[in-house]
Amino acid sequence: MAEEMVVHGLEWTTKELFVYPNEFIYWSIQIVMYPYMTGLVAGAFVLSSLYHVFGQQDLKELARFSLVFSLALLPVAALPLLLHLQQPLRAANPLLTPHFTSAIAAFGIVFSTYGMIVISEIWFVYRRFIVEQATALTGQTGVATTMKRALYRTLTLGAYDLSETALTKDKKAVKLLAGIGIPVACFLHGYAGFIFGSVKANALWMSPLMPVIFIMSAVVSGIALCMLTYIVIMKWHQFRQRSSHADAATAIGGAELEVINKAARYLLGFLVAAISLELLDLIFRGYTAMKSWDILRSVMYGKDFVNIFVLQYGLGNLVPFFLLLLPRRTIGKTVVALLLVLYGVFMMRWNVVIGGQAFSLSFAGYMHYHLPIIPHNLETYREGLLGALTVAVMPFILFWGINRILPSLRYR
Amino acid sequence: MASTRRKFLQGSLAGIVTAVIPLSAFRFLSPDQARAAVGEADTRWVFLVDTHKCVGCGLCVAACKRENEIPYEVPVTRTWVERYVVTKDGATHIDSPLGGRDGFVSERVAGQEIDPASISKAFFVPKLCNQCENPACVQVCPVGATYQTRDGVVLVDRSWCIGCGYCIMACPYGVRFFHPVHKVAEKCNFCYHRISQGLTTACVQACPFGARRIGNLKDQDDPVTQTIMTTRVAVLKDEYGTKPQVFYIGLDNEVR
Amino acid sequence: MKNHVWRPLWVALGIVALILLLRQFMAPADFGIHGRNFTYGFHRLSNIDEWRTMPVKYQGKAGCLECHEEQAVAATASRHRDIQCENCHGPALAHPDNPALLPIDRGRDLCLRCHALLPYPTSLRGALKGIEPATHYPEALCSECHNPHKPDQEAP
Repeated sequence: MAEEMVVHGLEWTTKELFVYPNEFIYWSIQIVMYPYMTGLVAGAFVLSSLYHVFGQQDLKELARFSLVFSLALLPVAALPLLLHLQQPLRAANPLLTPHFTSAIAAFGIVFSTYGMIVISEIWFVYRRFIVEQATALTGQTGVATTMKRALYRTLTLGAYDLSETALTKDKKAVKLLAGIGIPVACFLHGYAGFIFGSVKANALWMSPLMPVIFIMSAVVSGIALCMLTYIVIMKWHQFRQRSSHADAATAIGGAELEVINKAARYLLGFLVAAISLELLDLIFRGYTAMKSWDILRSVMYGKDFVNIFVLQYGLGNLVPFFLLLLPRRTIGKTVVALLLVLYGVFMMRWNVVIGGQAFSLSFAGYMHYHLPIIPHNLETYREGLLGALTVAVMPFILFWGINRILPSLRYR
Repeated sequence: MASTRRKFLQGSLAGIVTAVIPLSAFRFLSPDQARAAVGEADTRWVFLVDTHKCVGCGLCVAACKRENEIPYEVPVTRTWVERYVVTKDGATHIDSPLGGRDGFVSERVAGQEIDPASISKAFFVPKLCNQCENPACVQVCPVGATYQTRDGVVLVDRSWCIGCGYCIMACPYGVRFFHPVHKVAEKCNFCYHRISQGLTTACVQACPFGARRIGNLKDQDDPVTQTIMTTRVAVLKDEYGTKPQVFYIGLDNEVR
Repeated sequence: MKNHVWRPLWVALGIVALILLLRQFMAPADFGIHGRNFTYGFHRLSNIDEWRTMPVKYQGKAGCLECHEEQAVAATASRHRDIQCENCHGPALAHPDNPALLPIDRGRDLCLRCHALLPYPTSLRGALKGIEPATHYPEALCSECHNPHKPDQEAP
């Protein structure tokens, strides 16, 4: 046969005891990345909405930043799916012939709806800035400037009105969009949970709690990433300031610290909710002890014990919980806690996606996943460590790009 | 001037929207239209497996792979045969090397030596797609690339499948896999090309012992239907509510 | 609609309209509900015929009889009568036009599929005549002593 022959999953799956011949770990690292990235999108958006909708003034500084970051994360949420599809060129088919009894069919629709809401909200937030830029660049020459002017002019959508009434309307629109955006963001992510929770063939995934658990952990990870990036950018800016003026501030200012403290409080709240739900799910499975419990128990308390209880709950949840809760919290400790929270949520996704395929549908055997590190063909790149890193790095590149057009951080 | 151009753009946009939305919004969701087109089919393909008769020769698996162009050397297969050896100490040993493609020629099960004297029961169970009445795999396909035909067989549209793998995840029986060459979801379809023209499936034809049979459940005179109606038969994993249509004679509690 | 607030909405609606418009051209015309309902019968109609017209590879014993009457009749009279010719001789699809395309499998593995002894009390396998492959003339081909078309004859 002339075409390349690849048995999907064979590369990274090993089997133990009795596993059906066609069973492999079909959903691998990219399907771990997918809910992780959508979770970050949803979380970042919810964080920004806390200010816009609920008027949490203490989050004002973070709101604009996390909104733009949410936009940078958005295309990256779809990227893992594209890398995962066996037929990426047919990625538009769900929009052409959507089969709505499938949770995946809604992806394109929910995703683009959400995307349009985020972009619209950003447009309203930045409209004044865009118009000012377009006006300021008028009359200047040079290729780069002309292109920049054209870009800003397109971005104005022809709306140059910067009167007080117009700007008030902008604010109102932002509030409305942020309000609509919260349920849509939750839906976008909750339904990622539904994709798993509704698979009745998979004993670990099938649970009505799955969408709610996904939303909670999404908000946790989103807030954590926004806080972390915010701290890093502030630090970096400070460093630049210090090198240019020797007399500038030496530590993160009181205002920034206040922002971080407030955000940390929200983070803790959502973290508690997420852990409670996950533990409820676990206890319920053990107590009802259905047919699948024997094999589930052997996976959770045996083969995946370190992944679930040590890395996810212990290192990823408990440690940061106390780091954030205990007094005398410093920026350094906060950064460590945030990194651990992000790691914990990643491990949660990992334990759901990979853990759900760690046992056979026969309940009589196990499968083990070996992440391809060094790729030797397209498949091992796409569904290997490098593919995952590509996805992980992308939002920061996009964020940098968007920031060149719409600066989301005003330096003091 | 700018305002007239804007008005024009808005107007034409609104025009396109009103012209396009109604057309397409209703085209793919009209159950009445569908119901009108659907008459009662006179065929419902079902399968009957007699596990007493299966000797584990694997000729069915070999024939299936060649008939349906599934690469011979790879472990994935549309149909397979499992071996169950229950020993007197209550342990169950199960294996299916290469899906039983080369038959079972060794007494070792999954690499483990088993004393013949310790065997309390041992048997072979052929597996294939159950062509469920309520196929979970079809329900979850996001693009309508897999579907149930009017005569009850679940097919995959190779030119429309996006290869997301959701159907593979949704099947409780593990019958689906990615075709190693076509890179789309693949599954047993009761040799649809054969049964549509009056032939039997490749596996049924290859079986020298009559362990596999295919029939039409809507035909009361069909011998397979007769057997299903008059014999105690069972199906695999009925707890999933998929209503599987492969019936087994001599199924055991140990069968997974 | 003088209000600038609606502009992003117009853009959004434009994109939606564009997608819907593209759908008209890119979705196959025969896509629709052709089965019992939207859940189970939503598909491209012509795909059914694509499957139906796939070539049949295993032609069955009747086809072999047309040219190979002698062998077929001999095999039909024996205890191997229920074994399809093509199980050992390979699928006949292109064979009548190009006879060389049918390699005969004379390997031991083929016979061992049934005749490697497995002492299984509750399976028909336990009742089949079997050998211990490792000790029963391991170097020889089965057909050197046994005639698969006349299995009732004892080995010489």
